[in-house]
Amino acid sequence: MSGNAVHNAKSTVAVIDYGMGNLHSAAKALEHVAPDAQVIVTADPEKILSADRVVFPGVGAIRDCMGEIRRLGLDQVVNEAIKSKPFLAICVGLQSMMTRSEENAGVPCLDLFSGNVKFFGERLKDTDGSVLKVPHMGWNQVSQVQTGHPLWQNIEDNERFYFVHSYYVSVANEKLIAGQTEYGFPFTSVIAQDNVFAVQFHPEKSQHAGLALLGNFMRWNGQS
Amino acid sequence: MGLAKRIIPCLDVDNGRVVKGVQFVDIRDAGDPVEIARRYDEQGADEITFLDITATHEGRATTVKTVEKMASEVFIPLTVGGGIRELDDIRRMLNAGADKIAINSAAVFNPEFVGEAAAKFGSQCIVVAIDAKSVSLPGQPPRWEIFTHGGRKPTGIDAVEWAKKMVDYGAGEILLTSMDRDGTKNGFDLDVTSAISEAVHVPIIASGGVGNLQHLADGVTKGKADAVLAASIFHFAEYTVQEAKEFMAAQGIEMRL
Repeated sequence: MSGNAVHNAKSTVAVIDYGMGNLHSAAKALEHVAPDAQVIVTADPEKILSADRVVFPGVGAIRDCMGEIRRLGLDQVVNEAIKSKPFLAICVGLQSMMTRSEENAGVPCLDLFSGNVKFFGERLKDTDGSVLKVPHMGWNQVSQVQTGHPLWQNIEDNERFYFVHSYYVSVANEKLIAGQTEYGFPFTSVIAQDNVFAVQFHPEKSQHAGLALLGNFMRWNGQS
Repeated sequence: MGLAKRIIPCLDVDNGRVVKGVQFVDIRDAGDPVEIARRYDEQGADEITFLDITATHEGRATTVKTVEKMASEVFIPLTVGGGIRELDDIRRMLNAGADKIAINSAAVFNPEFVGEAAAKFGSQCIVVAIDAKSVSLPGQPPRWEIFTHGGRKPTGIDAVEWAKKMVDYGAGEILLTSMDRDGTKNGFDLDVTSAISEAVHVPIIASGGVGNLQHLADGVTKGKADAVLAASIFHFAEYTVQEAKEFMAAQGIEMRL
């Protein structure tokens, strides 16, 4: 964690809860980096839209995730929240904002960013011909593309973050790419635009580097 | 450059206390799992595995509290295993802050359970733990079988075939323990590790038998494991996780230093 405390004692961050997987680790890490902030894990649209910041996490299979997001009306909420306030999407949160995912025989997503979510494949090979395991699981390097973005502050280029996923995003507009990672080929591990920052890795499980990123997010005014 | 191999210290926890003994030089209460996890996190552990060997109902409630406390202080992936039999057990541990759940005996008695768990929570958090033991006689082609009940009960199931089946059911990772080597300090069973690693596309964690740092490196280079798990060499402060990582990196293994 980088040392600066979050100054606004009344700052609130909503962690969107759509009932999938472990959202609690994200909440716990946010509480750790911003002890003065109020961390709310919620599916309540009103609470999400009135929070100062929003975190959109997610693990699990995309069809179930999208099903719950739509059933709870959170598609509208996400659509609204990304217009203005600092918004951090993690893992399936990032994937669900794309146009479509290949997972579960094809699932339409929120289409907030143009592009698709693709499978690494079960026969993935490294550039030297060695077999790469899928899921891509463990600590891999993130090469910073939008250098100088406030969320990269105090984080070294090519720092390692914890990944666990079998699908990756492929964005239509390359200007959105804020971070890239190599796994058989370079893939987009971070996208950023205006007040939105979305990561494929799990900052809440990425020790110092991850906590630094979450701390940066809690201080961010949403401008890049 | 790319994905790093992982070092995973393992804690065997009974009723909220680490058993098998842990002896750090400068901590007073070496039995507290949260304190030990914090220490390994500081040393650069890539993940922590927490094996709950508690048999009682009350002990399980303690485990949930311990996992909660660990997850609010240690921000690296946490795998919890031991006694996971129902979807509710998984949900409870995930809600407490676990990231991955290891399923062992329940998978042998009811393979469908792995499929249900992966469908419900995603393959990324379902680790199938396999306890394998060599059953081939000298001169025969090597063969390993699955054993349950801490390696006491044979099942007749071929370990390599079983690993493939578990991945088909949705296991996202395999935690492979050699019952022949566990506790011996003679190193991993590299043959069964590489046989299973080559047979499935998901990551393999090698476990059982680590006595020195070369054993950890061999697990990756010869056993083709994606991660190596050890308990006693770290518990008794013979080596720190950091030393282990530097040793492996010096042999050309990609590590997070």
